[in-house]
Amino acid sequence: MKVKVKFFAILRERTGAAEITRELPDGSTVDELWHALQRDYPKLNVPGIRLLYAVNQNYVASDHPLAEQDEVAFIPPVSGG
Amino acid sequence: MFRVTDKAIDLQELVNFVGDPEAGAIATFIGTTRNNNEGRKVIALDYEAYPEMAEKELARIGAEARAKWSIGRMAIVHRLGPVQITEASVIIAVSSAHRDAAFAACRFAIEEIKKTVPIWKKEVYEGGEVWIGTQTGQPLSAKQP
Repeated sequence: MKVKVKFFAILRERTGAAEITRELPDGSTVDELWHALQRDYPKLNVPGIRLLYAVNQNYVASDHPLAEQDEVAFIPPVSGG
Repeated sequence: MFRVTDKAIDLQELVNFVGDPEAGAIATFIGTTRNNNEGRKVIALDYEAYPEMAEKELARIGAEARAKWSIGRMAIVHRLGPVQITEASVIIAVSSAHRDAAFAACRFAIEEIKKTVPIWKKEVYEGGEVWIGTQTGQPLSAKQP
């Protein structure tokens, strides 16, 4: 299956990409996607960073199973306001 | 009105939006950009967002405030892109029949924005820049509260 992945802020700068498409085995979870992406982009491994995950613009847990065409975002610590 | 914008935020537009004949109060909060942080001199700030999700989260904060307090109308607008020192990065306006609810909802909204809305601030200093992260204590596997 294919999913859309969005990177923001420090993660966007480290990958050099705001959005990519990634092929994954069916039934993969958000956490499995994250580990696959860390292999694709070693710079994604930011020491000490606390990430949150969103699928289709809703926060989810790391064991959330992904589906074809899902939009997955890795959310670095937010700092709005 | 729950949105992000690349343009300067107009306080009066928000106040007009939340105006309500049944309201006895309008509370507003303006978050402004300051020229220093933790001893460093800040020259400029730059905000980035996941815009569609940020607007959904702002609306969720509005719905939560409405469930907690008896408020009339609410507006939250957050600015994106470069914001000059002293300018508004976020403005919140809430109307209510009595002032306590408007004050409480306004305070709640800014605290929630800082916790859950996918917006990031980059501070630019003389000779460097850094993405600011205020989110703490969330283990990698944690579900968002």
